[in-house]
This record gives sequence, structure tokens and C-alpha cells, in this order.
Amino acid sequence: MTDSSSVKSPWLVSTAVTVVCIAGLVLAPFFLYPILLAKLLCFALFACAFNLLIGYVGLLSFGHAAFFGIAAYSTAHALKEWGLSAEFGLLFAVLVSAVIGFFMGLLAIRRQGIYFSMITLALAQLVYFFCLQAPFTHGEDGIQNVPRGLWFGFIDLNNLTALYYVVATLCVLGYLVIWRVVNSPFGNILKAIRENEPRAISLGYRVQRYKLGAFVISASLAGLAGGLKALVFQLATLNDVSWSLSGEVVLMTLLGGIGTLFGPVVGASLIISLESMLAGSEFPLQVILGLIFVVCVLSFSRGIVGEASRIIKRKKSVLHSLR
Amino acid sequence: MFRKINLIAAACATFVAMQASAQVTDNVVKIGVLTDMAGVTADITGKGSLVAAQMAVQEFGSTVLGKPIQVISGDHQHKTDLGASIARQWYDTDKVDVIVDIPNSAIALAVQGIAKQAKKLVMYSGAGTTALTNEQCSPYGFHWTYDTYAMAHGTASAVVKAGGKSWFLLASDYAFGAQLAKDTSEVVVAEGGKILGTVKHPLNLADFSSLLLQAQSSGANVIGIANAGNDTINAIKQAGEFGITQKGQNLAAMILMINDVHSLGLPAAQGTYLTTASYWDMNAKTRTWSKAFMEKTGAMPSMLQAGVYGSVLHYLKAVKAAGTDDADKVAAAMRAMPINDAFTENAVIRADGRVLRDMYLAKVKTPSASKYAWDYFEIVRKIPAADSVIPLSASKCPLVAKK
Amino acid sequence: MDSFLGISYPALFGQLMIGLINGSFYALLSLGLAVIFGMLHVVNFAHGAQYMLGAFVAWFLLNKLDIGYWPALLIAPVTVAIFGALIERFLLSRLRGKDPIYGLLLTFGLAMTLEGTFQYLYGSSGRTYGVPSALTGGLNLGFMYLPIYRGWVIVASLIVCVATWCLIEKTKVGMYLRAATEKSLQTQSFGINVPLLITLTYAVGAGLAAFAGVLAAPIYQVGALMGQNIIIVVFAIVVIGGMGSIFGAVATAYLLGLVEAITKIYYPQGSSIAVFVVMAVVLMIRPAGLFGKE
Repeated sequence: MTDSSSVKSPWLVSTAVTVVCIAGLVLAPFFLYPILLAKLLCFALFACAFNLLIGYVGLLSFGHAAFFGIAAYSTAHALKEWGLSAEFGLLFAVLVSAVIGFFMGLLAIRRQGIYFSMITLALAQLVYFFCLQAPFTHGEDGIQNVPRGLWFGFIDLNNLTALYYVVATLCVLGYLVIWRVVNSPFGNILKAIRENEPRAISLGYRVQRYKLGAFVISASLAGLAGGLKALVFQLATLNDVSWSLSGEVVLMTLLGGIGTLFGPVVGASLIISLESMLAGSEFPLQVILGLIFVVCVLSFSRGIVGEASRIIKRKKSVLHSLR
Repeated sequence: MFRKINLIAAACATFVAMQASAQVTDNVVKIGVLTDMAGVTADITGKGSLVAAQMAVQEFGSTVLGKPIQVISGDHQHKTDLGASIARQWYDTDKVDVIVDIPNSAIALAVQGIAKQAKKLVMYSGAGTTALTNEQCSPYGFHWTYDTYAMAHGTASAVVKAGGKSWFLLASDYAFGAQLAKDTSEVVVAEGGKILGTVKHPLNLADFSSLLLQAQSSGANVIGIANAGNDTINAIKQAGEFGITQKGQNLAAMILMINDVHSLGLPAAQGTYLTTASYWDMNAKTRTWSKAFMEKTGAMPSMLQAGVYGSVLHYLKAVKAAGTDDADKVAAAMRAMPINDAFTENAVIRADGRVLRDMYLAKVKTPSASKYAWDYFEIVRKIPAADSVIPLSASKCPLVAKK
Repeated sequence: MDSFLGISYPALFGQLMIGLINGSFYALLSLGLAVIFGMLHVVNFAHGAQYMLGAFVAWFLLNKLDIGYWPALLIAPVTVAIFGALIERFLLSRLRGKDPIYGLLLTFGLAMTLEGTFQYLYGSSGRTYGVPSALTGGLNLGFMYLPIYRGWVIVASLIVCVATWCLIEKTKVGMYLRAATEKSLQTQSFGINVPLLITLTYAVGAGLAAFAGVLAAPIYQVGALMGQNIIIVVFAIVVIGGMGSIFGAVATAYLLGLVEAITKIYYPQGSSIAVFVVMAVVLMIRPAGLFGKE
């Protein structure tokens, strides 16, 4: 897969970038519509969670929407029917995704490559079928009018700006979890498994456990994203567990850069913005997305962020050799 | 002195008139057509809905209360989040006053909530879920064209009365399919018929042969098809293939649009019963309107597109009557006036937001009976409004005073 | 004992017969997919779109060029095969040697583009294609009324499956193909044009999908999305059968047609996920698939 080592920028540049990002996140709701921003963040987290598996463990999951969607349904149901407050609803959703992720992972991890992907697809279809049949989801009508309530008992989530900040904070936390996982001994072993699994086994690592661990983390974070999305839109529908959403998150990650930390964020933002922009026009979105897919795979197989960091690295090495 | 009074009167009148026109918020009346431009319902709504809305504006006159009327469109692609965000954005930032169409029940229900919060209007033509006028009813939402109850009751009761006493139901495994099946069963049993069996199938099933075989072996007079879109088309086509209609069993489709019949072709669809809110060839008015529509879109209007036209026209008339585009006042005006347009005669809006309109039982013509392009339906009879809606006494809408 | 688990024997046979007919479609599609994966190690996600293309070409031939069903059975697959060859030569070949995931993603994107384009051009309700006059009507088999056309589908698909299997396992060309994919460098050193063989293989796979599309056109609406729903099932079939095995794919396809038929009798709502349940179970017990070689 792609080289995953992050650009080794000098300390100053990376801090500046971080500061700019945080400033952007803080100031954004004053310039752009908060709901759209919150949606972008949820899908960015979803794509990052997906990327953890494909980029750092080399496993392409075709059923990630299952976690996103089941968490959305769990949050919606908890908030609407059980009257839980948002933070407990989200916690519940993350737990549900983790448990489902655990069992799905147990079955899927035994195989590799395309078999792994097909098993995740099959299991995700079973989750979809469950969501279709279960009475609590109301079929295609979905769970509607989910109350947002108060966060921690005092932040009114019906205020869109407050909602945005809560969502942004949680998404940034999720992103930091991924960053920590990748840049940790656990993450290094995952990379070793991806590069050369037999070798990792011969070194004594319980490879299946590490893979399962990564799978569960990925599922839980996808669940967090799904729960947040249910909170933002106050609904959960069959779309959220559908196969087409699983395909969309693959596209987002591919576009942004598989195996880069920031890539999926860029990819998700671009795809969601494109969807919004084209909604008012006559352009067939499917065709455009398909073409982007094809172009990405053929030329940009590193994705936008991957390509950008490669260009930066090359420039630096050129500069370096000129000294 | 008289001149002075006249001057003062004139000044007052002008001042009042300015106030009245100033009551159109943002100096424009904006209509948002939220529809499916390229997906599974694009043919029966989609671009045609947008054209229908534009034709309504044209018919009304392009200004109301001195302000321009703008029509915009949004493609929700059957994605609930996207549909919900478009609706929110339209109401909150883009100054849209009313949203129309919405051919997707999840999105329709979501917009119902959003419109209630934003205190703006929404008029559903494409959506058919009865929840819009029951548990989720709203003073700002109007269910314009059809719902699953009307379709099931219209077709089923008429077919039973015509002699189709024993039924076998094919229903799609979706909430609306289940609702259609339930409503149909109730009607059939109430009119003295029998349901010999019901079979549910997954959505987007391509092959209905085994289900049709079960229907055939049940020996029922009528095979009720309680699904929509491509599922209905495939079911009818394959019923023909297996010789079901030739052997004496009738097909009754709960949701069948003229565009579906157009793509099926008359040989396959002939003889199928259906209920419709309107048909392009009913009278001279509908013919004129529909031919103008056909010139712009290349197809005759489905009842959903005709409904979008009707809802927009009625809305504009109400804005004019109310003297403002404030949602509460316009809603009141809409309820007060009878609905009259090319396809509708004296329909009214009920307390739960449901439009009470006459429906029509139709039968698909045989190829020999069809004399010109799009000559597909034979209108068998009119179904009065009262027979095609859930009675208020059974309504689950909190806005309806309980007796 | 006049019935079995609540269904009479005649009705049961009728349902099983229908299962065989559906299995024939699955078999043709799985065959193409298995050929492409087995030979090229490319997961051809565009297979459903190629199936759809075959149906549309047949429709186009009939409605615009007045060319009927029988010539279409040959012309449509050849047209789509040429299109497939172009895809392989100009797009897929660039990914040779890279991780197979890229081939999968490329064909996935192609499928989206093709389906989106046809949906844009022809709308969602699709078009009708009539049953050819020689095959209309049906036979009363006693336990069911079998439309002649459906019987023809079983026959045609069996012929093509057997012919393809013979081509690959028994002929010289097939031998070259197998050598080319198992040991491409050595094969090339023998002077055999391996890239051409690979392009041909993909073209044949696409052509098989298109052939299934032409067979499907008189039965299912010819629509832009007709391939989308069937493709996942076919993938699952190929995985259950064992991805390297062509015989496995075809055998599993017929088997699955029967499983689906039985599901439709007792739990029709579940007929669309029956294949996934089977896949999950099979892969747990026999990870390489029923007939797999690993």
C-alpha cells in the first residue's frame, strides 16, 4: 500500500498547520452553515476510522456502514425512546458498534484480501436486513424527530453553534485516538503485519489479536461518527446502513489518500461538498463520482494528501541535495 | 378641501399598500422543489416536478403582491441526510418559503419536523406515507396528492365490487408495502372478499416468478401488487410471461404511474386496475395543460407531477389572498379556499393537512383500444374523496379534535 | 405423503424449476467473473454494468436498427467484449502488478460511471424488450406452466458454460491462458503474447456478462440498475464456490438458485440475503470456498 510515514516537517510548520486547523474549526460556524460543517466532521471521522483498517492494516472493509448505521439507530432510539441524554446515547452507540465490530471482526479476520472484503460485505448486508426487519427502526421511514437535549446537562444542543462545537470536539478527539493508535507500539506492529504478516507471526506476535483490536477500534470510531450524525440530523434511516454508504466511504478515503492521517478528512469534505453543490444542478452525481474514482485509482492512487506529501518530500530532498 | 382629503387618502392608501407588499419576507416568494432528479423516482417526479412548478408560476403570473416568484430545485438522491440538510439550508439561509414534492417518505417525515421548527410550509406530492397526516401531522405540512390508504382503498374496493372476491397479495418488504397490504386486506375483507395469501418480497427483486407461481396456485381471482416502481413493472411483466392474466386472474396494482405503463408497454400491462389522482386525458383542461407539459419534458405528467403543479398554484393563490407570505396566514388562506386547478375540482384541505380530493379508478387499455400516443388509461369511475381517506375519527393526528 | 413441509410436491417442483432458471443466470454471470478473477486476479466490479450493457445493446439493436433477438445474442456480447478489451488495454493494464485492490476500485468506479450515465440517459424505469416470437408461449408441465423462453435460458446457459469450460480446460488457447496467468514471465519467454491473452480473457468475461444481459432482457426490465442488485449476489457465489475455480462458480450458482427458491417458499423476505448467510457459513467451515484450491 502507500508509504504511511507522515511528512517529517520541522516542528514550526506542523505546529502552525495545527494552529490554523484549530482556528479554522473554531471560527467556521460563523462563516458556514453549522449543520453542513457538523455533517462534514462526522463523515470525516467515519472516513478516518475506515482508513485505520485499510491504510494501516491493509484490510478493505466493504461493510463499514454497518457500524455507522447501527450506531445512528442506537443513538436515535436511546435518545427518543429511552430518554437518555446525548452523552450516554453516544456512549451506548459506541459500545454497540464495538460489540458488533468484535463479532464481525472475529468472522472476517480469519481471511485476507478479497475474502475479507466479501465477508464484511455479507455481514453488513445481514446488519442491513436486521435494521430493515426490526420494528424499532420503522423500516424506511426511519427514526425521526430525535430530541437533542442538553449536553452534560447544561449545553443546549438545539443551538446550532453549540451543537457544532460539541460535534467538532468529539470528532477531533476521535481523530486524536486514531493518531495515537497509529503512532504507538500497537500501531507499529499493525504496520509490520501489513508489510509482512508471516514475519510478524514468526516474531511471536499474536497477529489475529492485533487485527481484531484494530477492527474493533475502527468500528467504535465509525460508531461514534454515526451517533453524532444522528444527533446532528435528528434522524436515523436505512441509508445509514446501506451498501452505497460503505462504497462512498471507500471513495472518500481513496480520494483523500489511503494511509495518510489527514487524507480521509480532505476526501470526505470534498465529496460531501460536491454532493451539496450538485444537488441544485442537473449534473448526474453518480457519473461524476464514478469518474473521480477511476481517475483517482489510475493517477492519484496515493490520494490528494498522499500526492501532496510526496511532492513536498521530493522538493525537500531536491533542496537537500542542492545544499 | 376635498382635494386635501383625497391627497391624504391617497397617501394613506399608498402607505398601506407599501406595508402590504413589504410583508413578503425578503422581497421574493421562493418555492423549493425537493425531488429525485436521477434516481429510481426520477421519471415520475424529478425534472417533471420542477417543470410542473414552473408552469404553475407561469399560469399564476410571475409576480405576487408585487414581488417576484422564484422556483429552485434540489436533488435529494434518496439520501435522508442530504434531503434534510437541503431543507434546513433552504428554510434557514436561502429564504425558501415553501418546499414541495419530496418523493421519499423518510425525507418527507424529516422535512415535516424541520418545517414545523422553521414555521414554514411544505406540500407533499411525491410522498405517500400516512404518517404525515397521523402521528406526524403538522399545521405547516399539507399532504397533497395521494397516500397508501387512498391507493389501496380505491383499487381494492372497486375491484372487489366488480367481482374480484378472492385475493392473493404480493407486497414489498418495506413499511409502505406492508401498509398497502394491510389496507388492501382490510378493504377486501370488509367488502366480503377473502385474502388467500400474502407474500412479502425484498425491495428491488428482479425475479417474481416463484411468487407469481404461488399466486397462481392459490387460485385467487385477483393478484394484488402492493409495491411500486421497478418492482411493480417487473411483477406485471412476468405475470404476463407466465400466462397469469390469460388464464383468468386479474392484476390490481396499488401504485402504478403512467410512466410505468409507458415503459412496460400496453401488451404487458393491459387490463391492470389502478387508482390515480389525475390523468392527462380526463378532459379538455387536463389535455391542454398536459400537452404543454409534454412539449417541455417529452412525457405526459404523472399524478405526482400534476400534484406539484396544483400545490404550487394553490399556494400562490393563498399568498395573494392572505396578503403576505407569512406561513400561518397563508396556511389559513389555503385551508379556507377550495382547490381548483387543471386536474382538481373543489378539493379541500382537512384539519390534519390532508387534501380531500376525488380519486379515479382506472384500467390499463388493451393495445387495440389505444388510439394515440400515451392513450393508456380508461377511467372506470370516480372515487369520491370521502371514500379514499382515513376518516377523521380514526386519525392519530394530535391536531384533530377528538369527538 | 402428498406434500413436503407444507408445500405440495407439484408446487415444490415448480419452485425448484424456477430456482434452476435463476441459477442459470447466476451461472453465466459467475462464469464470467470467475474467469476474470481466476485468470487475471482482477475482481471485476464492472461485471454488473457489462451485463446491463449487453441488455441495452440488444434493446438498441431492436429499436433503432431493427435487428432482432437472435443476431443480438451474438452482436451484443461481441460489442461489449470489444468495450471490455478497451477497458483492459487502456485502464486495467496500468494496474497490473499493483495490489489487486486497485483493480477492484477501478472497476467499481467504472460501474458507477456506466450505471450513472445510463440512468441519466434512459431514466430509472428502463425499457421493455419483448420475448422473441419463436420462444413465446409456454408448456404445461403438469406441476407448473413453464414459459418456453425460460426453458431456453436454462439450455443456452448450460451450453455456454460447458463450452467455456471446455475452451479453458481442453483447448490449446485455454492452456496458453492458464499458463499465462500462472507463470506469465515464462510463458512470455516462449513467445506467447501474454498481454494480448490477458486482454482477450477480460473481453471474454465481459462478453459472457453481456450474453447474460441479452438473455435477461425479455424477462427483466432493461434498466440502468439491473446489474447493481445482481452483482453482489454473483460475487458472493464466486466466493462460495472458491475464487479460483470455474467449475466451482458454476456449480455453486445452480446450487444457490435452488437455495433461493426454497427460501422464497418459506421466508421470501429473506431471499435476498440467503446467499450471504450461506457465504458466512461456508467461509467459516471451508475458508477456501466449496471447490477452492487454496
